[in-house]
Amino acid sequence: MQPIDRRSFLLCAASAGMVGSIRCRAVSPAAWPAAASPDDSRYRKEALFYQKLPNRRIKCKLCPRECIVGDKERGYCGVRENRGGTYYTLVHSRVCAAHIDPIEKKPLFHYLPGTLAFSVATAGCNVDCKFCQNWDISQSRPEQVPANYLPPQTIAALAAQNRCPTIAYTYSEPAVFSEFLMDTADAGHQAGIRSVAISNGYLQDEALRTAYAKMDAVKIDLKAFSQAFYRDVVGGELKPVLDSLVTLRKMNKWTEIVYLVVPTLNDGDQEFRSLAGWIRTNLGGEVPLHFTQFHPDYLLRNLPITPVSTLERAKAIAEGEGLHYVYIGNVPGHPGQHTYCPRCRKVLVARTGFEVRQMLIQKGGCPFCGQRIPGVWHS
Amino acid sequence: MRKGHLENRREFLTGCLAGAAALACGDGLLQAEALRPQPREAKSKLVVARDALLRGSGTGVDPARALALLDRAMQTLCAESEPVGCWRKIVRPGQRVAIKVNALGGRGLSSNVQVVDAICERLQSAGVRAQDIVIFDRDTAEMEHTGFRIRAGGNQVQCFGTDRVGYEDTLSRFGSVGSRVSKILTRQCDVLINVPVLKDHDGAGITAALKNMYGVIHNPNKCHPNGCNPYAADVNMLAEIRSRARLHICDATTACYEGGPGFKPQFAWHENALLVSADPVALDHTGWQMIERKRAEKGLSTLEAEGRTPRYIATAADAAHRLGTNDPRRMILSEVRVA
Repeated sequence: MQPIDRRSFLLCAASAGMVGSIRCRAVSPAAWPAAASPDDSRYRKEALFYQKLPNRRIKCKLCPRECIVGDKERGYCGVRENRGGTYYTLVHSRVCAAHIDPIEKKPLFHYLPGTLAFSVATAGCNVDCKFCQNWDISQSRPEQVPANYLPPQTIAALAAQNRCPTIAYTYSEPAVFSEFLMDTADAGHQAGIRSVAISNGYLQDEALRTAYAKMDAVKIDLKAFSQAFYRDVVGGELKPVLDSLVTLRKMNKWTEIVYLVVPTLNDGDQEFRSLAGWIRTNLGGEVPLHFTQFHPDYLLRNLPITPVSTLERAKAIAEGEGLHYVYIGNVPGHPGQHTYCPRCRKVLVARTGFEVRQMLIQKGGCPFCGQRIPGVWHS
Repeated sequence: MRKGHLENRREFLTGCLAGAAALACGDGLLQAEALRPQPREAKSKLVVARDALLRGSGTGVDPARALALLDRAMQTLCAESEPVGCWRKIVRPGQRVAIKVNALGGRGLSSNVQVVDAICERLQSAGVRAQDIVIFDRDTAEMEHTGFRIRAGGNQVQCFGTDRVGYEDTLSRFGSVGSRVSKILTRQCDVLINVPVLKDHDGAGITAALKNMYGVIHNPNKCHPNGCNPYAADVNMLAEIRSRARLHICDATTACYEGGPGFKPQFAWHENALLVSADPVALDHTGWQMIERKRAEKGLSTLEAEGRTPRYIATAADAAHRLGTNDPRRMILSEVRVA
């Protein structure tokens, strides 16, 4: 990273502060309906993606974990419960977080740059990443987290009211609230609002094809490129996530990949090289890949923040392997946040933090050399 | 500052002092046994007390016989001639006692209200004030559905779920587990008495004393992979639990040998028994064998044959945990009957 002078630093800091204070705002309490009643029946709907078994047991078919859940028990995600042999989601319209974020915060860099996303989450997650930044909601059961009743039509209306062209399902793992996600995406599309999922990609094929078919873009957190990391740090598996990426590609769904670089655990040159090679071979060189900076949190507090030099090394390796759009994330002001034309190398989208300072892409192409730039752009 | 972690020296020292205070406040024999690593020659005492007439002529447990059964079990465990003498080894006047029940199985297969009432009665006779006793599980509605009368405030035994007060913001950690612990345990309790139910469990193999502590943490769903191993052992190692757990009274008045942990009447049987010990590992091992015997009697295969061996019991006994023993040669098992 190039050193910057004091003036540039203050300019960047002020920009980042404005982004934080103005654009990442919580929805006003006045916009929320009355607080939820203790009765959770309105959040409860029969789940999709499960199979009934003898003795009132079920097998969940949402994610590759395939939890076999006895009566009155819940799956690993903590938000789907077997009641008398019928499996229910407990989080339909049970929104525990709602914010208006820049789409760059997701991050989605090749999707309507500079726009806002009405971002919602419920409790629950189907993995248990030791570095989770949102563990207080993702690793909780729905009844342990304050939530409000926000049905799909209300979310679509709030998104429109707040001039958000997109609803983002984010913060926790949207796969675990697939039913709510699908209904909300339908309500959004009826109101002209798009939907994006910010997901770990740890889903079964049918669930992925059904739920994410309703998405206009997907961001997948590829946590590492080793099964050992997935087993020890994530509590999941690598292969199903890779399969999901290939499936999304076949579905022609706009997809970006985030790779959180955790010092000493997934930051080896060979891992970066293998990752980039796999992406180029299986998804193509035009898939954006974001190397983001780790910050200590949750159960992984003994490791330092990722050095910027490591992120830069990862970016260089991935570009060397033939990926055209490799970004550095969580480092405000870094030139690795910009989108460059892969042919003429001019800056096409300039970003500071989550703020888009310059957007030059026209009709999906570079205005200087005409190179096509893949993504979902403003019509 | 983000919640959930010891951020500074002051919090660290406060935590150390709290832990030391929890250790210092209990001087009972059983607590000392439960807290200290067991010397190799030490043996764990375990009592299985039965009463064939526990239900009298009806289907419900008779309160007077439940009290007599509890007394018989405790007097055998503590080698005391009077019930009050037993309980004075467990608690001291002025201490606050939390009774962790299991209300997951509804009225058919939960901690028996009459047994819990008997425990409360004896705690009070040992000098614990009614309002210093709290009966709890994770969810108030589940407890009410099971038959517990919900009570909060006043000079009476308290009875409600963690959903009423929540979980600590800070994470407690041991091994594979990182969890927030019930505030009932951390803020209203010096002594924990565990009252699980003896049940088959489709994931863990069986559930009794060790696994009942899942109802004290906020994320039990994250602790079920791999047959709950090592999670069930690790949960019991959390400082808030281990420093308070004093006695385990497993309710086997009604137990189940298949199809658990939910209640399925076709797989339940009336054992009319209590298993009592300060050693949760010995208790779980013994309960497991009882379930295996019933399964054999019913013509079912062993849990091992079904790939459901409760391996977390052995883990709880290993050198990293030392929560008790799973070696029958190191148990003193007394089986007694109420006449």
